[in-house]
Amino acid sequence: MIETRELHKSFGKNEILKGIDLRIDKGEVVVIIGPSGSGKSTLLRCLNLLEVPTAGDVVFEGEVINRKKHNMNKTREKMGMVFQSFNLFPHMTVLENITISPIKVKKMNKEEANAIAMDLLQKVGLADKAASYPSQLSGGQKQRIAIARALAMQPHVMLFDEPTSALDPEMVGEVLGVMKGLAESGMTMAIVTHEMGFAREVGDRIIFMDGGVIVEQGSPEQIFGSPQHERTKDFLGKVL
Amino acid sequence: MFTTIRQEMERELIFVNVFETIIEYKSGYLSGVGTTVSLSLLGVLVGVILGIVLVLMRISSIKPLRWISVTYIEVFRGTPLLVQLFIVYFGLSEYGISTSMFGAGLIAVSMNSAAYLAEIFRAGIQGVDRGQAEAARSLGMGRAMTFRHIVMPQAFRSVLPAIGNEFVTIIKETSIVSVIGLADLMFETNIIRSKTYTALAPLLGAAFFYFIMTFTLSKGIVALERKLNKDDRN
Repeated sequence: MIETRELHKSFGKNEILKGIDLRIDKGEVVVIIGPSGSGKSTLLRCLNLLEVPTAGDVVFEGEVINRKKHNMNKTREKMGMVFQSFNLFPHMTVLENITISPIKVKKMNKEEANAIAMDLLQKVGLADKAASYPSQLSGGQKQRIAIARALAMQPHVMLFDEPTSALDPEMVGEVLGVMKGLAESGMTMAIVTHEMGFAREVGDRIIFMDGGVIVEQGSPEQIFGSPQHERTKDFLGKVL
Repeated sequence: MFTTIRQEMERELIFVNVFETIIEYKSGYLSGVGTTVSLSLLGVLVGVILGIVLVLMRISSIKPLRWISVTYIEVFRGTPLLVQLFIVYFGLSEYGISTSMFGAGLIAVSMNSAAYLAEIFRAGIQGVDRGQAEAARSLGMGRAMTFRHIVMPQAFRSVLPAIGNEFVTIIKETSIVSVIGLADLMFETNIIRSKTYTALAPLLGAAFFYFIMTFTLSKGIVALERKLNKDDRN
């Protein structure tokens, strides 16, 4: 469904991604782990071209998307993204946050968009917050709204960029709970996270990155149970 | 002898005097206020539109547009409004481009304020967190839509006080158009001065009217800010 081929990304002289070949299949939950600065967030942001790759291709549903003439806006409609810092729109209510894109981008009528939004709010357990503004919510609630907002576009894949890293510990569970439900519903997901327990439980495949390359990948049992590479062992030794 | 005493009394009763001057010459003052208000409002309106164009050029990815915008802003902020006004009114007429006094005043005031407003807008736009635009783009919104629905409303809100200041400044600075003979509040005040053979009372009257205008405006801006900030920011 999503594939990267020989993906490179540099910021100035600093090469962050040094040739990434990654394939995510439909319905698969791929969790990317690795030390800070290993390039995992950059990789995720390259998938929906928030970062434009320096070299290599990103293929989505059979189409190379990092070409100038490709309509990226259309493709991004099908790729939901959830950010570490939530990025809810502070000048809109929760309901407006969720419905603005379906209404403006998909030209959905307001009633339909509201119905979808309320349904999603129900699913993330925040139906009573529809009329609130983001500033009135806790971090965990904001992130659940952000997930609902991305889902409102009915994406084919969801990208999560350290969704729980900015949360107080007691709120991590509620967000991971929503993500787990989403994974069980068959959503294709790519998740960058530091939550190893979650990665192990929910991931179909774990990818360990370090220094801009994929060092090792495999099932959670393989990676957490019997890592092959020194660097993987070293990293897991520190975080587990 | 009597006149001297009377003059002394008048000086002591200056506030009564200002009041009387305002009452007696209120039609002159009010007609001046009318001109000042319409010049300021139109100047602000054109200035805002031009300022938006300038800031869009300033942040665009096309370099020549950026250069034009930066040059415009630097030149108009770096030269006096009086000089700009004279160039428009006297200078251009040498080349057959003649405008009415009001037209010249409006062009000078709006072109001048556009430069300041463009810088204010730029600060506001750059103050909006990058993540906001990224979130909008990740939801499939294009650049223009993101700017219109996500970045601009937040930028506008954060620079509203600065815009308010600029509007107040414009009202005060329009007084400069009196020198080309446009009958604004300051020009009418000078007429009242020559009619009464006094300076202080008519000038205090003018100050009173300017203050009423600017004070009303700043209170209006504060009210608008409060309305927009109902929903606090995170």
